[in-house]
Amino acid sequence: MTTLYNFKQITPVPTGGDFLDIVLSKTQRKTPTVIHANFAISRIRNFYMRKVKFTQESFDERLKAILDEFPKLDDIHPFYSDLMNVLYDKDHYKLALGQMNTARHLIDQVGKDYVRLLKFGDSLYRCKQLKKAAMGRMATIMRRQKDSLAYLEQVRQHLARLPSIDPNTRTLLVCGYPNVGKSSFMNKITRADVDVQPYAFTTKSLFVGHMDYKYLRWQVIDTPGILDHPLENRNTIEMQSITALAHLRCCVLYFIDLSERCGYSIKEQVSLFHSIKPLFANKPVMLIINKIDAMKIEDVSAEDRQLLDDIVEKDKAQMLGMSCYTDEGVMNVKQTACDRLLQARVDAKMKGQKINDVLNKIHLTKPVPRDDNPRLPHIPEGALTKPKYDAQDPNRPKLEKDLEAEAGGAGVYNIDLKKRYLLESEEWKHDIIPEIWEGHNVADFIDSDIQEQLDELEREEERLEAEGYYKSDDEELNSEDEALQSTANAIRERNSITQIEARLKTVKNRPTLPKTAIKRKVSEVADHFESLGLDGTEVENRARSRAPKRARSASRGESVARSASMAARPSGGEGSVVRDRTTLGVRNVKQKLESEKVRQLSMRNANLHAKRGESDRAIQTKMPKHLFSGKRKSGSTDRR
Amino acid sequence: MRLEKCYFCSSTCYPGHGTMFVRNDSKTFRFCRSKCHKNFKMKRNPRKVRWTKAFRKAAGKEMTIDSTFQFEKRRNIPVRYDRDLMATTIRAMKRSQEIKAKRERAFYKNRMSGNKLQKKVENQALVQKHIHLVDTPQIKKIAQAQKVAEKNKLMDIDMS
Repeated sequence: MTTLYNFKQITPVPTGGDFLDIVLSKTQRKTPTVIHANFAISRIRNFYMRKVKFTQESFDERLKAILDEFPKLDDIHPFYSDLMNVLYDKDHYKLALGQMNTARHLIDQVGKDYVRLLKFGDSLYRCKQLKKAAMGRMATIMRRQKDSLAYLEQVRQHLARLPSIDPNTRTLLVCGYPNVGKSSFMNKITRADVDVQPYAFTTKSLFVGHMDYKYLRWQVIDTPGILDHPLENRNTIEMQSITALAHLRCCVLYFIDLSERCGYSIKEQVSLFHSIKPLFANKPVMLIINKIDAMKIEDVSAEDRQLLDDIVEKDKAQMLGMSCYTDEGVMNVKQTACDRLLQARVDAKMKGQKINDVLNKIHLTKPVPRDDNPRLPHIPEGALTKPKYDAQDPNRPKLEKDLEAEAGGAGVYNIDLKKRYLLESEEWKHDIIPEIWEGHNVADFIDSDIQEQLDELEREEERLEAEGYYKSDDEELNSEDEALQSTANAIRERNSITQIEARLKTVKNRPTLPKTAIKRKVSEVADHFESLGLDGTEVENRARSRAPKRARSASRGESVARSASMAARPSGGEGSVVRDRTTLGVRNVKQKLESEKVRQLSMRNANLHAKRGESDRAIQTKMPKHLFSGKRKSGSTDRR
Repeated sequence: MRLEKCYFCSSTCYPGHGTMFVRNDSKTFRFCRSKCHKNFKMKRNPRKVRWTKAFRKAAGKEMTIDSTFQFEKRRNIPVRYDRDLMATTIRAMKRSQEIKAKRERAFYKNRMSGNKLQKKVENQALVQKHIHLVDTPQIKKIAQAQKVAEKNKLMDIDMS
């Protein structure tokens, strides 16, 4: 509710000059700025059209914001609309807003016209002049609104400072002649800090304070003093009070100063009450006699007393005395006023239409006894006969605490949690229950009718046995099949070995030699034959017979090697003899041996470094001069 | 204390072994080892992974329908401890597992029974193709005899 009438949110209204600056600089910032005469004319037109349209739109936007944000007098609560009428003059306010609206329409029209004209602009210069004219006209329209804008800004500032009065909440409204102690009362019961001075019209506008009573928020409105003269003659300050009295649903506290120190006689004060009485219709009214420290109610002269009593009787006002000076009766006034208002609001609600919807839902149950049977609480027999526990009695039933003390006290005694188990047999209580058996949870098998299930299974088993379910028809393999199986297994084994050997042999970084180039010893061949179950000696004999006659001095090994290499050759024909170049140009075996020795020696160094031959990776120069001499500048050391 | 089944491979998880994953809908997953956990994290379906129990059961490689399976299951019915019942239960456990193992053996045999002929054909093909690898005189003789026998068989068929 309070957010509904929050006038603090209204954005400031710029003055006429500022308004222009804002809009024009926005146009400058938000639209392109570079244009040349040699651009395509459509581009130039678009450039200026955009500027005009943009300016018009931003004027429109800002004016619309003003129109939207300022409260419409017809839409807001009558209290506020009347208050605004009193403070800012309704006609003036409406006129100002109306002018804003007119200006908006005019600017829209100007923008539209000039955009239409710009379509026919035939040069940069013409277009620019049209744009200039458009903006000039818009500015002129806006400049004419200078006064309205200034007025609206004033209104905005004043509105923002208005107290945020919620017209619908619980409200106490304090009113009376000037200087009767309204603001003092307000200061006493709320945390508001209203200025209090010993002269009339200290309070010039409405003030709001808040207080708590019965866990509810209460709003206390302090009004400026009212003088007793006709409505037309009232000034703005008084009119605010009148507005508040007229429109707020509240409890009216009419203050009277019996001591007449305020400068107005009791008679005058009473006559004011009567003149503003029409405003109190349908509201709880309290007649507060202030300043009783100076003048008590009992001390008043008889005729004044009569006047007061008339009010109490005829207008159903409640009269209470209090003193803000001595604090006497202040709380009483507050509580009585709040209670009366609360009662009045509840009564008003009860009369309204909405209450029926709520009342339907409320139901008060009143249970009625169904018969005359007495239904007493049930106490078991054992509980009634049980002797009362007495710590002094030696024959008292033993508690766990006593057991603990007997068995060595705390920390030594271990509570037996199992002793109160409810089992069929006493001796089962301390059984160790198996949890796991051969990878199975025992708990998963427990079932009250496990025996029946087992019996059923046994019967099924017997039946299956009888049906021959388990009879294995795996007749023994005959010898023939067995032999086949063993041969096949042998083949599989052989295959796998060959596979593994092949895998071991294939080395990627070595040249593959043709089979003919691989030398095999006769003994190897013979071994292979033996492994196949053939006679190996036959092979050896054949190799020996095929070998050339060896010279006396020739070593046996060489001849064997040679014959083997011959034997390994598939064809063994004369045409494809591969000459061993190591033997070329060698006169006899001795020379051959000599040359071999020299070769071995020359290869020793390379072999030591695990090199394949002379050409295998070599570092020619360890420290190349060009890399290690001279001054260095930037760069790495491995390249120069 | 309970023995749990691994979510992935259905093997038994003993207390203190494996890992448990609790999803944010509070469903718990037990894994017997990191292998199973990793496979789960890879979002593999245990039914499609050949080495799991779930696959073997789904693919008909193991016995799935049998009355012995009725013995071991979570019943969720609290039963008060009874010494006699416990004794009967343990007896029933042993006996039912025994019968189950027996039936599984029978199942396996039954499953494998169809393979015999196929295996023989395979062996013959292998021997005919690769006999030179093990071509020792002894084996050769056997192979020869087999060939002769086969020929005779064919001739018998022709004759009849």
